[in-house]
Amino acid sequence: MHIQPILAALRRHKAGTILIALQIALTLAIVCNALFIIHQRLSHMDEPSGVDEANLFVIRNLWGEQYSTQQVVGRIQEDVATLRQVPGVQDVTASNQYPIEGGGAWDNFITLNPDQRVAMTDASFFTGDASFLSTLGAKLIAGRDFRPDEIKNQGMREKVTSSVAIVSKAMADKLFPKGDALGKSFYAMTSDPITIIGIVDVLHRADVSTWSATYAGESMVVPIRLAEPWGTYYIVRVKPGQLEAAMRAAPKALYAENRMRMIESKDGVLSYAQVRHQAFERDRGMAILMSIICAVLLAITAAGIVGLTSFWVGQRRKQIGVRRALGATHGDILRYFMTENLLISLGGVGIGVLLTFGLNLWLVTRFTLHVLPVTYVLGGVVMLLLLGQGAVFPPALRASRVPPVEATRPV
Amino acid sequence: MLAYYLRLGMRSLRRNPILTMLMVLTIGIGVASSMTTYAVFRAVSANPLPEKSARLFAPQIDIWGPQSRAQGADMPDALTYTDAMALLRDKKAKRQTAIYPVNLTLVPQSERTEPFAVNGYAAYADFFSMFNVPFLYGGAWDMSQDDMHSSVVVISSQLNQQLFQGSDSVGRTIRLDDHDYEIVGVVDGWNPRPRFYDVNNSNGFNDPPDIFLPFMRAIDLQMNTNGNTNCYGSAGRKPGFDGFIHSDCAWVSYWAELPDANDEAAYRDYLTNYAAEQNRLGRFHWKPNVPLRNLVEWLDYEKVVPTETRISLWLSLGFLLVCLVNTVGLMLAKFMRRAGEIGVRRALGASRREIWTQFLAEAAMVGVGGGVVGVVFTGLGALGVGLVFEPDIARLAHVNVGLIGLTLACALLSTLAAAFYPTWRASRVQPAWQLKSN
Repeated sequence: MHIQPILAALRRHKAGTILIALQIALTLAIVCNALFIIHQRLSHMDEPSGVDEANLFVIRNLWGEQYSTQQVVGRIQEDVATLRQVPGVQDVTASNQYPIEGGGAWDNFITLNPDQRVAMTDASFFTGDASFLSTLGAKLIAGRDFRPDEIKNQGMREKVTSSVAIVSKAMADKLFPKGDALGKSFYAMTSDPITIIGIVDVLHRADVSTWSATYAGESMVVPIRLAEPWGTYYIVRVKPGQLEAAMRAAPKALYAENRMRMIESKDGVLSYAQVRHQAFERDRGMAILMSIICAVLLAITAAGIVGLTSFWVGQRRKQIGVRRALGATHGDILRYFMTENLLISLGGVGIGVLLTFGLNLWLVTRFTLHVLPVTYVLGGVVMLLLLGQGAVFPPALRASRVPPVEATRPV
Repeated sequence: MLAYYLRLGMRSLRRNPILTMLMVLTIGIGVASSMTTYAVFRAVSANPLPEKSARLFAPQIDIWGPQSRAQGADMPDALTYTDAMALLRDKKAKRQTAIYPVNLTLVPQSERTEPFAVNGYAAYADFFSMFNVPFLYGGAWDMSQDDMHSSVVVISSQLNQQLFQGSDSVGRTIRLDDHDYEIVGVVDGWNPRPRFYDVNNSNGFNDPPDIFLPFMRAIDLQMNTNGNTNCYGSAGRKPGFDGFIHSDCAWVSYWAELPDANDEAAYRDYLTNYAAEQNRLGRFHWKPNVPLRNLVEWLDYEKVVPTETRISLWLSLGFLLVCLVNTVGLMLAKFMRRAGEIGVRRALGASRREIWTQFLAEAAMVGVGGGVVGVVFTGLGALGVGLVFEPDIARLAHVNVGLIGLTLACALLSTLAAAFYPTWRASRVQPAWQLKSN
């Protein structure tokens, strides 16, 4: 196929050529960046929580009366005992928050010595008793779990310092990159050292925000029973298949035990599937929106190519007839239009690659998105070239069927 | 003549229904995606108090010094209790209030109903006049009640409906936690969005607060803040509520009303002097840094519009741009196919201006069609925003007359803009050349 005559013909259709190329360029820029956003959001949504999500639910329990710290401790112990009696319940723990809770969350600056002003990490901070890890189903990979006699009670703003903690592997590796974290100490906003007695494989932070992305998976558990006057979270593990029944029975059992409490009907009892659904609402929405935009954009670009090429074919029927009469085969005509589109598309993706990185740079500086990997751009280029070839095929096929006799017909 | 051109245009559009439909759909979808994301953007970026937003200010004080910002963290977006009290004592603004969110248990009088959680704010009497809070019954408590730490409360109309079936409840009593409060006012469904006075604690789009009570009463009862508490470092904090409120933790929101630019400048000086005074007292060891932002600047600073909403709007606009480029191409094809027809009309005496009118009339029809399709899709989009944005934000996106008008105008204008180049090309057709080639 000779490219020279195609280029010569395109020079006579500057406007149409530029418009198709421009459209391809813009489409490439938007689609690449949108696909990258989709990928990032999806991988954020897939982050492992490290807990047995299928068999867990959470109760947000608010007290209906004003209690002292000691009274709250008593209430929590009674409630835990009550929940353990609910059919299908395997274990129960009370905590200040839970992994992938979303929203506002409790975290602590971590340093390696008490005078350090610049924090090593901002770890998600869980309070838990001796059944915290076993209830959640978090996997202890080194060291030991808390002993019941280590658990201290802490009321609102009471200063209770724990000398031990269990940390996630991500946090252990951040503090002690050599992998010898077990038995080492760190400081969490107090002047008392905290010794790492156990390491769990994965324990997601309570928050899912973008600001904490650099501290992903870095969380710690201290042996504290938080007895605050507002209420507490009960995390309940059920035997497989008993989730729904237990979720219905648990609040009833709690109210039967003591009615001076509030468990909101809307969000008071959440299965972990609901927790995950709510936590990643923004991410899912963004992924859906970007997918719609990509799909419609590609469809519109394809339709535009079909439309404009059809017009060119209509315009050139006579010339096609002449070429056919001079011996050009169906294949020659077909290939002519396919090659023409390929040339325009190549020009388009050439500009498009620049636009793509430009748009990405703008998104990075303005919205602190990540830098687009080259694979996405290559993928996008291939996709758009194929889209162009696919879109040009029907009108090109019609062109190839123009009979040679067309050359002799007056217009 | 215009009617004739519209008839010609209709005929031409009907001759090529697929191409026409393609243009109408392209414009419609492009406009609808932009309008849907714009409806959401408009809702979250709205000015919640336009009549006063330029005169309401939120001060900040650099309490931790430049070293606290070494890792890119910003200054606290609330004041410490100590600073808020000092500012309130000096009363340098026309009106001022300290605010913090509280969560309480409402214990109904009848034994049959369960206690339930209510949320609201501890504030000063000025809060209501500063923020133009409308009242259904009664009104704000007065400043003497602030000073007396009175046990009074202003409730929302929703709570009034729930407890008193909407009747005038002023003078009646409700029990919050373990204390009785006398109702002095019922707010008339007031819920500015974004909730500018609490965006440092919440996303700003929640349900209206149930109650408001005097700030010092809440402090007396040691009510905890239901919002954020930001502390720096770990030294020098005493245990208990008293230790907490006298610590360097920032958790009190503060607003001041400054009627004109002179007051604003004077208040800036006052804040600078206050910080300098703290330097002399040995509390701060750095240059005074006291930003004072008005309501609109504050919403911007607090990044109230979610990143997702902004990116969506920009990408939708990019999408509209591609749709327009596409339309330019299709129109160019459509118009230039009729070079012969144009040649004949020109040869018979039609001026270039006539050709312009004819083709722009045709384009306008495509634009109107695109606008109608756009309105339909925007309506569908507004129904579907719940899929894409969080419920708190999605429910704010309404389709109203303004949005429909904007959709139609946007479709028409962008189509005419797209038609500009193809029409120009059509008007340049040389009659002689066209007639000869035939």
